[in-house]
Amino acid sequence: MTDSAEQIMHEPRRPQELPDDRGHFGVFGGRFVSETLMTALEELEQAWRKSREDRDFQAELDRDLAHFVGRPSPLYLAERLTAHAGGAQIVFKREDLNHTGAHKINNTVGQALLARAMGKKRVIAETGAGQHGVASATVAARLGMNCVVYMGADDIKRQAINVFRMKLLGAEVVSVESGSRTLKDALNEAMRDWVTNVDDTFYILGTVAGPHPYPALVRDFNAVVGREARVQCRDEYGKLPDALVACVGGGSNAIGLFYPFIEDREVAMYGVEAAGRGLYGIEHAASLCAGRVGVLHGSRTYLLDDDAGQIRETHSISAGLDYPGVGPEHAWLKDCGRAEYVGVTDEQALEAFHLCTRLEGIMPALESAHAVAWGLKLAAGMRRQCRWISCINWWNRVPICWNLASRFPM
Amino acid sequence: MESGADLLELGIPFSDVMADGPVIQKACQRALERGTSLDDVFEMVSRFRQRDAETPIILMGYMNPLERRGIEAFSSQAAVAGVDGLLIVDCPADEAVETTRAFDADGLYQIFLIAPTTSDSRLERMVPLAGGFIYYVTLKGVTGSAALDASTLGPAVRRIHARSELPVAVGFGISTPEQAAQAASAADAVVIGSALVDRLHGCRDLSEALDTVREYIGGIRQALDRLAGESTAAAS
Ligand SMILES: Cc1ncc(COP(=O)(O)O)c(C=O)c1O
Repeated sequence: MTDSAEQIMHEPRRPQELPDDRGHFGVFGGRFVSETLMTALEELEQAWRKSREDRDFQAELDRDLAHFVGRPSPLYLAERLTAHAGGAQIVFKREDLNHTGAHKINNTVGQALLARAMGKKRVIAETGAGQHGVASATVAARLGMNCVVYMGADDIKRQAINVFRMKLLGAEVVSVESGSRTLKDALNEAMRDWVTNVDDTFYILGTVAGPHPYPALVRDFNAVVGREARVQCRDEYGKLPDALVACVGGGSNAIGLFYPFIEDREVAMYGVEAAGRGLYGIEHAASLCAGRVGVLHGSRTYLLDDDAGQIRETHSISAGLDYPGVGPEHAWLKDCGRAEYVGVTDEQALEAFHLCTRLEGIMPALESAHAVAWGLKLAAGMRRQCRWISCINWWNRVPICWNLASRFPM
Repeated sequence: MESGADLLELGIPFSDVMADGPVIQKACQRALERGTSLDDVFEMVSRFRQRDAETPIILMGYMNPLERRGIEAFSSQAAVAGVDGLLIVDCPADEAVETTRAFDADGLYQIFLIAPTTSDSRLERMVPLAGGFIYYVTLKGVTGSAALDASTLGPAVRRIHARSELPVAVGFGISTPEQAAQAASAADAVVIGSALVDRLHGCRDLSEALDTVREYIGGIRQALDRLAGESTAAAS
C-alpha cells in the first residue's frame, strides 16, 4: 500500500464533531420516529459507534472497498469539458467506476457489515432510482442475507432495468402504491416493515436522511469519497481543489465528498438540487433552495410541503433527486453558510449530460448531470488555475434513455 | 359516547403517516382529498364541546402539520377548542422539549407511547414527561396490525405501573370485544382505532355510520362491563 492510500484509510482527522450525542446538527436532525423504533435506533447507534473504533471491522471494510467495490476510484481531469467551459479545470471523482456504478455501494457495503455484526439475517431498503436497491441487493447476495426492497410503483415503471437487476440478485422488490408512489413512500413503507420486523431485520437506509444515527452513519461510509479526493488532489495537483460540486437528492454523495473538506475553509462547496421545470413553480425537488424547515422521515430538516404541512409531490427528470426532503447535515451546512445550494433544471441537466457524453466519453447519471451543469457555469467564471471536483455516477437508465431519445441530438 | 366510549381520540390527517397501517393511511388520504384541514379538526372539537364538556379528547397526529402551524399557536388553538391531550406519533420523549413546554403552558397533556421494545432505562427517562395516561403499544408493528398477544400484556403493564402512577391504556391490534376484554383485564383502558375507522369506511351515510358505531362500541362496552362485574364479584 502506498503512503497516500494508507492515509486515506486511516486518517484520524474528524473535521466536525457533529452531530451531537442526540443526533442534532444545530436545530436539524434528531430522531422523530414512533417509540417502537427508538430502541432499535439506539442499538444501531451503539453498533455503529463500536464499529468506528473496531480495527477488525475497519480493516474488513477497507478490504471490501478495495477488492469488491474497486476503490480508490480515480480522479479524472475532464480536459475537453474544461476547454469547452473556458475557465477552471473540471475534475471528476469517478464513482461511476465502482461496482454497480454509483457511490451507493460504499454505504451498503458498510451497512451490510454492521447488519452482520448485529446478527441480523434480513435486510430491507428503500429505493428511488433503483441504484440503492441494486447496491443493497448486491451486498445481501454476497453475505447470503434475505433482501426486500421497497420501491414506488411509479419508479418501478421508470426504472425497469434496475428492478430486473435486483431480482436477478435474489431480492424481492415490493411495489409501493401509497401516496405519490415514489421514493418518499418507499421510505415510509420500509420504516413500517422495520417497525414490524425489528428483531431480525436491518434497515439499510440509502441516503443521509432519516432518524439519527442514519445521517451520520451513511455519511461516514460515503466519506471515503472525499477522503480519497483530498489526498488524490494534493498528490496530483499539489493543492486542495478550489471548489466541490455534487448533486443533492437526500445528499449522500454530496456529504461524502464535502465532509472531509468541511474545515478547509478555502474550499467552496456547492450542492446542486433538482430544479425540475423551474424553481418558481412547484414542479421541482429543491428542498434547500425552495423549501422550509419541518419534520420528515425522522429528522428536522428543509422540506417541501404546503401551508397545512402536508408533504408535496415533487418533480425531477432524475428519480434519484426526486425527494421532498434532504439530509439534516446539509440543512445545517446551508444555514451556517459553509455550503451553497443551487438548482439546475431538467433541461440544463440533459444538456450537460449530452455535453459530457460527447466531449468526455463518460455518460453521467442524470443525477450527476445536474452537478456537471452547475459546474460548467462555475468553471466559466473561475480562473484557469482553479479547479473543482465533482462526484460522477454512471448512467445506466436504458429505459429512460429510450424515452428521452428524441431529446438528444444524435 | 352514548354507546359507552370514555375518551375520544381524533386523528389529524397527514400525508406521510409512517407509523400507521393501510386503514389509517387510506383514511388520511381520503380526508386530505376532501380538504380536511387542521382548522376543521379544531372546529369538530369545538362543536363536540358545546354538547359534551366532560369527555376527554385527544388529538393524534404527526409533527410536520404542527410545525407548520407553529407549536405554540397549535397548542393554544387546541386548548381553546377544548382538546385535553396530544399524542404526536413521531415525537418521542427525547424530542419533546419544545412541545411539552408549549402544552404545559396551555394545560394540555402530552401522551407518550411505550412499546414492547422500550428498555427499562428509556422507560424511566420518559415517565416524568408523560401526562394524562401512558399509551402502551401492544405489538411491534403499525396500527391495525394482526392479532393481539394478550399473554404478554400483564407483565408489560405491570412494568409501567411499577414506575408511574398514570393509568395505562393499551392499543394497536385490538378489534373484537374478546380482545378488548383480554386487554382490559391487564390494563386500565383499551384503545380502538383502525377497527372502528375500517367499519366507518364501509358505511354509505351518516345514519348507517352512527348505527355501526353504536353497535360496535356497544359490544365492546358490554364486554368490558362484564369483565368489571366479574372482578367485583370475585372481590366480594
Ligand atoms: C446515481 C445516483 N446519484 C445520486 C443520487 C442521489 O442520492 P444522494 O443525494 O443521496 O447522493 C442517486 C439516488 O438514487 C443516484 O442513484
